[in-house]
Amino acid sequence: MSDSPVLVHHGEVEIAHEHPHLPYQRHHFETMAQQNDATNFAMWLFLLTEIMFFGGLFTAYLIYRNWYYPAFVAGSHQLNVIWGGINTLVLITSSFTMAMGVWCAETRRQSQLVLCLVLTFILGLGFLGIKTIEYKEKIEKHHVPGFHYSLQSFLNPDSDKEAKAAGDKPMALDMARHTEVYFSLYFAMTGMHALHMIIGIGILGFMILRARAGGYTTGHITFVENFGLYWHFVDIVWIFLFPLLYLISRHAQ
Amino acid sequence: MSTDTIVSLPDQSTARIPKVNFLNKENGLLSWLLTGDHKRIAILYLISITFFFFIGGALAGLIRLELLTPQSDLMATDTYNKVFTMHGVIMIFFFLVPSVPATLGNFLIPLMLGAKDLALPKVNLLSWYLYMAGGILALYTMITGGVDTGWTFTTPLSTHYVNTNVLTTGLAVFVAGFSSIFTGLNFIVTIHKMRAPGMTWFRMPLFVWAHYAASILMVLGTPVLAIAIVLVALERTIGIGVFDPTKGGDPLLFQHLFWFYSHPAVYIMILPGMGVISETISTFSRKRVFGYTAVAFSSVAIAVFGFFVWAHHMFIMGISNYSMLVFSLLTMLVAVPSAIKIFNWAFTLYKGSITFETPMLYTFGFMGLFTIGGLTGVFLGTSGTDIHLTETYFIVAHFHFVMVGGMLMAFLAGIHFWWPKMTGRMYPEKISQLAAVVTFIGFNLTFFPQFILGTLGMPRRYASYPPEFQILNVFSTAGATILGVGYLLPVLYLTWSLKYGAIAGNNPWQATGLEWQTQSPPLTENFLVTPIMDHEAYDYEWLDGQKQKEVASVG
Repeated sequence: MSDSPVLVHHGEVEIAHEHPHLPYQRHHFETMAQQNDATNFAMWLFLLTEIMFFGGLFTAYLIYRNWYYPAFVAGSHQLNVIWGGINTLVLITSSFTMAMGVWCAETRRQSQLVLCLVLTFILGLGFLGIKTIEYKEKIEKHHVPGFHYSLQSFLNPDSDKEAKAAGDKPMALDMARHTEVYFSLYFAMTGMHALHMIIGIGILGFMILRARAGGYTTGHITFVENFGLYWHFVDIVWIFLFPLLYLISRHAQ
Repeated sequence: MSTDTIVSLPDQSTARIPKVNFLNKENGLLSWLLTGDHKRIAILYLISITFFFFIGGALAGLIRLELLTPQSDLMATDTYNKVFTMHGVIMIFFFLVPSVPATLGNFLIPLMLGAKDLALPKVNLLSWYLYMAGGILALYTMITGGVDTGWTFTTPLSTHYVNTNVLTTGLAVFVAGFSSIFTGLNFIVTIHKMRAPGMTWFRMPLFVWAHYAASILMVLGTPVLAIAIVLVALERTIGIGVFDPTKGGDPLLFQHLFWFYSHPAVYIMILPGMGVISETISTFSRKRVFGYTAVAFSSVAIAVFGFFVWAHHMFIMGISNYSMLVFSLLTMLVAVPSAIKIFNWAFTLYKGSITFETPMLYTFGFMGLFTIGGLTGVFLGTSGTDIHLTETYFIVAHFHFVMVGGMLMAFLAGIHFWWPKMTGRMYPEKISQLAAVVTFIGFNLTFFPQFILGTLGMPRRYASYPPEFQILNVFSTAGATILGVGYLLPVLYLTWSLKYGAIAGNNPWQATGLEWQTQSPPLTENFLVTPIMDHEAYDYEWLDGQKQKEVASVG
């Protein structure tokens, strides 16, 4: 959805217009307001489809957490709340820098806009970096579902640092096996979230190049605005994922 | 056939195709492949969808040939499984879902609303490319060994037990799903934000209402299918356990996620078809559609109820008796808005000046066959009878009556109805009436015996069957041959008419929609001046007034 300008109607038939055409107005819109309205509305609709996409995963989570609550608690004890917390902060900060970026574009501050986008870019990469550290821990402990999955931490919690620290009791084999469902959902949900981050970071890279060339400080900021919406959405998904996956049992009894 | 006709063509000796139109504005392959014009994208879709329809149709022909004899003799049984799977995948995801919306909807919604284009032309083009990518991937999987899970990708069969191209087929469907999401999103934005001055919600043609309802389903339903496919893919590749009972997952959850999309998907398929029927029935009865508001809201009601009936596909899968009861009741409810439409169309015919041009013949075909298909759906929504009928040919006949008898008839009605608008030329009337009749006869001969086969207990999805079922199967295969002829004919004479058809003029049917008030084929910009909608939809008196004004000012 780049906003390549179409200057006036090209063609034999020149059409009388009440409104003058700005360079970034697409030919099929009557007014700039209509164009901005339509693209913003489209972005909100797209986010609605994204909600439905993640909705399938949240449904699965809801069902299995109800069925296998002890396994989900034991599984969540294996996650690193510190890293997860830091990542939450990183992501919220990146949402802040993104919001500032939209403001800079609105007020036509080109260098600050580039700075904000670069900061968002770096924070996004930082999030993925920390996620990689966390994934590495899981791989080393054989907590990735599949052929190599190990139940050691749940059958014999004393042998496992995290499980011991959380005071887990040994689980029956039947329930312990269901931790694999927990980790299935953990990887599917955080993986899908990370995929959205990667796509977002790619678009950010493209936007930084355009912003340096003065692309978004001409008064036409729909693209920055809509990307901001996407970025905040991905942020919000994480705001839900963090407590659901990391903090299952960490509330006052 | 009646000699009465509403067709009014310009004097053929002087008439010309408009010098400038969207077809000849620019030339060359690239001008088509990089176009942002909704009308050109619609043509691209029409060509590609026809291509996939004939591939799916050829597979259907193979199925019918195999079932001509009780033994599995034409192909091995596992080949048969692959053939019916690919028939389902191609027909559903690459023909039925995009058929009317992506071709006629794309072409007509901006024209009907008095807009210059869809709100997001580049997204529109992207959606065609995604469709093609998905389609080519599906063909690739078919050539490199196929897939044999059935189009439903049922777990744990698809995740654990088959060794065919589940992943690539899943990817094809996933990609095509995004194409459908983008089309629906584009329609919703366009209908909300791009209406011409005076075009209020209740002045929109019912075609647009139907597409609005279908778009809601596309936008909300398709992402759930996407995530279900992603989870199947993850389960097949790295072995996560969300649907795997040995790890504590539940295969039934897959069914819920899958049917949460795939039941609304049948309304994605049928609603745009109903939109076509609303237009044709009004034009060829010369009357405003009876109960406009009721028909408009029934589309929305179908979309809403359509989201709460999915578990009726799962009555034999082990859901509880209580959910069976609830879903059975909700399924009965969704029949109500469909019936509202059928009754209102019937009342539109009442005391109308009916003429029998080809689109109207297809429309009558739709009304009869869709009603039979819909009513047998009530049998299947009743959990008691469903348990006996669901794995038999009864259900095959049911959904083919709705989808082929309903949707395909509506698609052909729409293609014939708007052909003059799309190409500027009329199709040949007599032979196309013949094609409509042949299709109707062939269809009934193919699928009616399957209702009987189903009630007699012939199970679906098998390459062989007990010999006592052969006679009805022979009827069905013979009917399929006639049906094939019925579908080939339009391809031939429509192609012929591109060069030799009579010049159609702006409004050959004397119809009221805004799309008929501009030249055929339209300009790239659709209208010379943005139209102002100062009358209700289907207002034939307004049309007469317009004509009189023209006569007064010209003559």
